[in-house]
Amino acid sequence: MNANPAQSSTNSSKKKPFKVNKFLIGGIVLFAAVVLLVITSVKGNAQYYLTVAELMTGKAGSQGNARVSGVVLGDTIMYDQQTLELSFTVANIPGDNKEIEALGGLAQVLHDAAFDPNAERMQVIYRGVKPDLLKNEAQAIMTGKLGADGVFYADELLLKCPSRYEDSVPEQAQP
Amino acid sequence: MISIIALGLLVIALVITVNAIVTGVFAARNGSALTLESSRRAALAVFPLLTGVLVCLLILLFTGRFEYAYVYQTTEVDMPFYLKVAALWGGQEGSLLFWCWLLSGFSFIALVRQWKRDRDLMPWVIVVTMFTLLFFLVLVLFFENPFNRYYITMDGQVMSALFSTGFTLLADPSNGMGLNPLLRHFGMVIHPPTLYLGFTGFVIPFAYAIASLIKGRTDDHWIRATRKWSLAAWLFLSAGLVLGSRWAYDVLGWGGYWGWDAVEISALMPWLTGTAYLHSMMMQEKRGLFKHWNIALIILTFCLVILGTFLTRSGLLSSVHAFSESAIGPAFFVFITIVFIASLVLLIWRWSSLGSAYPVKSFFSREGLFLFNNLLFVAIFLICLTGVLFPIFSELFTGQQVTVGPPFYRRSTGPLFGLLFLLMGIVPLSAWGTSTAKRLNSEIWKPAVVSLTFPLAAILLGVRQWGGALGIWLVGLVICVTLFDYARSVGVSARNNHEPWWKAFNRLTSRNRRRYGGYIIHLGIVLMGLGIIGIEFFQSETQATLAPEQSIDFAGYNLTYKGLSVQDNVEGREAARAYIDVSKGSRNLGTITPRHDFYYTAEQTVTLPGLRSTLKDDLYIILVDWMPISSDGATFKIFHNPLIKWLWIGSIVLMLGTLVAMWPDPERKTAALEVKAGV
Repeated sequence: MNANPAQSSTNSSKKKPFKVNKFLIGGIVLFAAVVLLVITSVKGNAQYYLTVAELMTGKAGSQGNARVSGVVLGDTIMYDQQTLELSFTVANIPGDNKEIEALGGLAQVLHDAAFDPNAERMQVIYRGVKPDLLKNEAQAIMTGKLGADGVFYADELLLKCPSRYEDSVPEQAQP
Repeated sequence: MISIIALGLLVIALVITVNAIVTGVFAARNGSALTLESSRRAALAVFPLLTGVLVCLLILLFTGRFEYAYVYQTTEVDMPFYLKVAALWGGQEGSLLFWCWLLSGFSFIALVRQWKRDRDLMPWVIVVTMFTLLFFLVLVLFFENPFNRYYITMDGQVMSALFSTGFTLLADPSNGMGLNPLLRHFGMVIHPPTLYLGFTGFVIPFAYAIASLIKGRTDDHWIRATRKWSLAAWLFLSAGLVLGSRWAYDVLGWGGYWGWDAVEISALMPWLTGTAYLHSMMMQEKRGLFKHWNIALIILTFCLVILGTFLTRSGLLSSVHAFSESAIGPAFFVFITIVFIASLVLLIWRWSSLGSAYPVKSFFSREGLFLFNNLLFVAIFLICLTGVLFPIFSELFTGQQVTVGPPFYRRSTGPLFGLLFLLMGIVPLSAWGTSTAKRLNSEIWKPAVVSLTFPLAAILLGVRQWGGALGIWLVGLVICVTLFDYARSVGVSARNNHEPWWKAFNRLTSRNRRRYGGYIIHLGIVLMGLGIIGIEFFQSETQATLAPEQSIDFAGYNLTYKGLSVQDNVEGREAARAYIDVSKGSRNLGTITPRHDFYYTAEQTVTLPGLRSTLKDDLYIILVDWMPISSDGATFKIFHNPLIKWLWIGSIVLMLGTLVAMWPDPERKTAALEVKAGV
């Protein structure tokens, strides 16, 4: 960038505007490189956040990876410890935070969805270690692809158990 | 009774905080010593008051008063003592109160220690810290009160409220729900408070920066006066991040240490801008450069601290770390907006008076390279911010929530971290002022050539990934340059003073703690980098179902499954342990015991990996499942993580280096004493 020492030392005292431009150009080059880095990295790795219903009704099309959130139905959890294949069914829950709040909070929504016979359901297959938090009425957030067979093949599985954190009131409260 | 005392203290603290702010503003405007004294006393009084509140909550937690919602949700009767202390920050309400307490403690220390020296700035320092405290106190008192109790209404509903509202009965549960079993780990006990110490520590430099802007002081005083605060905050923030990774590695059992989770990133972001600030503040202290930049960075860091606290609590992001969703999201949003805009307006107002001492002349001068270092940190921060906010903005603009996962962050920040390592290698040998690539080359070629032995050795040992080899070269470069420069200075000094090298080393380090503390921090960082390169590039994994006495060969080790023990009812859980003998060739290397615990009350399993850790590599085994009846085998997932131990060793080196840099200089101390004696 600055290979000629003699020239640079004379320039620095005489042509000040040139120096300012040099750093401006350097900054722009760096900025452009970072933007390019971000764009190329987003392209391969973007995941569309969908609800089970949206995914099952094909609203999403077949675009890339999807990130789906649903409630785990405890009875459907099956685990083959030989192949580490984990299979379970999730039921649809609303994707919008405000909607969830309006329905009485996440714990309530999860509980209701698990018992709602009309909620869309989807089978999920995940290969790996069975997560500790995978149990009935937990919220599962899965990343992966919907196969042609209607089964969701998850590469990543994140679980949240709102009952542990949310306002759950004591059960045996006695006066 | 206790809660009445606590609430009373809280209300008094709130009123006094408001008083400190109002009198602070008046004192700053009319300069009356009396008003200022009143403001100071108010600001000092908040800390003991909040300590009282904290003690009240601790008493409730220790004595198991489960009618209090917070106590019910975070503790249970037979929890060990240290976990009951940890329950203080185990939930939303308590952790906010803890935040307030730390903040008031820090402003207390700053007021006591720096009152005489920085009298002109103090009114505004009080105003800024107390305003921040006021916001958090309002949250604690009106939105997330830890002293809420459970009441049973006439129709049998249970509700939590601060006071009885007629026709309700106080609930009296006999036991609580206890802390989440995943959080019952020593790392998790100290990870949150360490992180909070780092977060709140940045309040003081920020308050000084704002005070200087308002007063129109354009010198470097605010930076010098708060240098140790910044370093300490940075130290705690770094330690908090590392403790979190260590917890993930030990407990979460996915074989990793960092998941690019939104909340992890929101703690990393202030670290990135804070690190940039630590570098650029040296430029201002030594050469009077980057004045705007420093103020902008400290404002940004402080806003990111608040943003990080906000993101964890708002429920805006889905993450394993998130507390429950709550109503305090909008309040945080308003507060951050006010702080950010007000600080920015102040900075623009004083913009023209904050000129640099001289313009940066060439790319390869030390100033130019420091500038580049700062831009890289900010670039990494911007990438992280983009990633975290991506779902929110994509929903705003396209109606479709799109998230980006760990591969995005790895791909986009990896090269920039590599460049930072390169800079770490180059900068110690660069010259101030006008410099050229040629001049830099003449300094650097010797250590650079030596450092090539690192990747060569790696390739000879079988490394075939160019990314990994490149990373190892960068690590080698930093180590070589740092040691080379250190050794050269020690050599010169030993020759000039005719003393043995270790004496010269001691003298040099104690004379120049900041420089060599910085070098030690750099060594710590590259060692951590070595661990990260090891696990990112060279991790391998396998899974196997083994019958007793069956063995498997993996990563050069021979693993034999010896058996399983399942014990019922060990401290409220069913504990399964598998025993695996490790050997290499004919050498027996010991037994690894992965665990699988089931907590009865929480109805939750916790899978704790078994670990054999050496400087060269870690064997990390997870007990996935076993067949209890036929007992003919168990399934394991096995990771081989090369070099990961260096991540933890490096972090300890980093902390030591920071302590060296923070240690008071002997000369400065005597100078300060002389000044005192003179007065």
